[in-house]
Amino acid sequence: MNASKMISKDDKRLIMLDAFIRKQQFKKDALIEILHTAQDLFGYLDKDIMLYISKILNLPASHVYGVATFYNFFKLRKSGTHVITVCLGTACYVKGAEEILSVIEREFNIKRGETDTNNRLSLFVTRCIGSCAMAPNVIIDEEVIGRASKEDVLSKIKSVVGVSLIEAG
Amino acid sequence: MKPDELSVIAERESELRKSFTNRINICCSSGCANLGALKVLKAFEDAVKDLGFEKKCKVARTGCLGTCYVGPAVLIEPGDYIYMGVTPEAARQIVNEHIVNGRPVKNFLYASEEYFHKQNRLVMKKAGNIDPLRIEDYIAFGGYSALLKVLTSMTPTEVIANVATSGLRGRGGAGFPTGLKWSLVANAIGTPKYVVANLDEGDPGVFANRTLAEADPNTIIEGITIGAYAVGAELGYIYIRGEYPLGVQTLRKTLDNARSMGFLGKNIFGTPFNFDLELRLGAGAFVAGEETAILASIEGHRATPHPRPPYPANAGLWGKPTLINNVETFGNIPMIILNGGSWFSKIGKEGCTGTKCFSLTGKVKNPGLIEVPMGITLREVVFNIGNGMLEDGKFKAVLAGGPSGGCLPESLLDLSVDYDSLTKAGAIMGSGGIVVIDDKSCMVDTAKFFITFCMEESCGKCTPCRIGLVKVHGILEKITRGEGTLEDLVLLEDMSNFIREGSLCGLGQTAPNPVLTTLRYFRDEYISHIVSKKCPAEKCFREQEKEATET
Repeated sequence: MNASKMISKDDKRLIMLDAFIRKQQFKKDALIEILHTAQDLFGYLDKDIMLYISKILNLPASHVYGVATFYNFFKLRKSGTHVITVCLGTACYVKGAEEILSVIEREFNIKRGETDTNNRLSLFVTRCIGSCAMAPNVIIDEEVIGRASKEDVLSKIKSVVGVSLIEAG
Repeated sequence: MKPDELSVIAERESELRKSFTNRINICCSSGCANLGALKVLKAFEDAVKDLGFEKKCKVARTGCLGTCYVGPAVLIEPGDYIYMGVTPEAARQIVNEHIVNGRPVKNFLYASEEYFHKQNRLVMKKAGNIDPLRIEDYIAFGGYSALLKVLTSMTPTEVIANVATSGLRGRGGAGFPTGLKWSLVANAIGTPKYVVANLDEGDPGVFANRTLAEADPNTIIEGITIGAYAVGAELGYIYIRGEYPLGVQTLRKTLDNARSMGFLGKNIFGTPFNFDLELRLGAGAFVAGEETAILASIEGHRATPHPRPPYPANAGLWGKPTLINNVETFGNIPMIILNGGSWFSKIGKEGCTGTKCFSLTGKVKNPGLIEVPMGITLREVVFNIGNGMLEDGKFKAVLAGGPSGGCLPESLLDLSVDYDSLTKAGAIMGSGGIVVIDDKSCMVDTAKFFITFCMEESCGKCTPCRIGLVKVHGILEKITRGEGTLEDLVLLEDMSNFIREGSLCGLGQTAPNPVLTTLRYFRDEYISHIVSKKCPAEKCFREQEKEATET
């Protein structure tokens, strides 16, 4: 089977995905698990990967696309090098997460759900990471910052992303 | 595993536990791990090793102690000393002072005794005292003896009768009697039958299920297996939120351990009973917590609900009879079996027995994971366990039951926390979220926040929910911009009632609750926005004011 233009047949990630699908015995009902694995491996769900999965599981492409777009967790676009996620769960909202979010938007000239043009920074919103007692929570790359303040978050992002971006922005 | 092996392991493990003079339990659940608990764990291990105390003092990685506010939290036995906000440096000091010299370090001790005073930790009893990844720790506390009892000395009918006597009701929110549900599935025609454990805690502001899974996963697995025996299922699924990496990891490892120990698989305890359990990951859809939507998701589809009947008890997974319960419901089962249904029925309140885990968050001094007997009042939860308002703010409301719950005012603080009282007041039990807000929050804005969430999470299948919520959101938006009219309030109420009555599933049927309760208890705030164009909490209109001053 021809994989696709972005993934070559001997791409290690594809081999791992194949192995996982085999482990799931090509079961159609394991689609969500398979999409999880694909996103773990490739970072996001490219059209070609979804087509590949639809062929290998013998599912209509519309079904795979339908499932991938239904669930918030699946990303159909590549994220920036650095990812900032602001939790907008109830506890975080009550403790001012919305203000933190708007400050990031203003400061870095980026809107929620977007990735900046040079692909360096993505800003996402999540509905509860379950650390509500630590609200408000902001995740900068993999690190969770609990009881976050506007100032902490801004300086942390600046140190992670580097100053050059801010000047460019 | 043979039946008598279990007691051998239990004895050996409790002897091993007793051989240590002290035991240091470090909470490594998500909340504390985010605050560096793993480094603290390492520091304790190193400090104990450096002193050559490994034989006297056990350092263990455990689950949540419930005191999530100042993590990482550490519990030292004997004496149940809880230390908060422990740093790696503090760890060394605690070992030197407390373990070696027997003098607790005062400045890190958790001071609030009230936090535990009104609680009754039954489901979460072992959480914080056992290493969740060591199945032997669980066995030392009587783990899997309920399963043994059921498989070797009880018929499925007796198990169901016991659960029915206990009065246990579904902890997922709706409060359906568990014993009745089990008997419906047991009596349903069709094979194979399935069991589904719902751990799709999609409500923002709730982390009770996750905490249980991270702290004591075996309780859940044992409960599910007993349920499977009672209804006659051989395969089950735990459906967990994909956003809970630690929970997923913990359950995966525990399932493997349980399989290799023989608590899952063929001929459990040498009986003819076979059962296996698989993990299914959710992917961020609030509606997937609804019982027909969860089935669609397990089958690999978009999580859209379907009309009931047929109920999952008769036609669930792949059209077969399926038992669906929340993981907390299953977590109650082992103790009901061991102590008897009538013992359980005396805890809590008549008609609403047992305890309920809540995540208590928002503007209280002591947020965290609590387990309280049913029938406790909201006042006790907020002011005793929560220790009152943060920064001496003024209490305004309790948001009970997640985004489709209700906003309850001060006048209802003496309301009893149980399914029926909460529903009567316009809120719901939901999966157990209590968010406390003070006068800095605007109730119209809060209602809008919840409606935004439900609007975005609506699966779009039925019209009242898909279109109705967008319309309601529009009206709320208009009011918070200061363009609302008094007629809008009538429209808002009509529309909310219509969505509630006309929607297909629980999401739509409960989504208008925040609007209806704020209209009922905080109508003056709406009127203030409309008539005097003022937001009492000074939250709304700020953008417009800023624009006005800029231009």
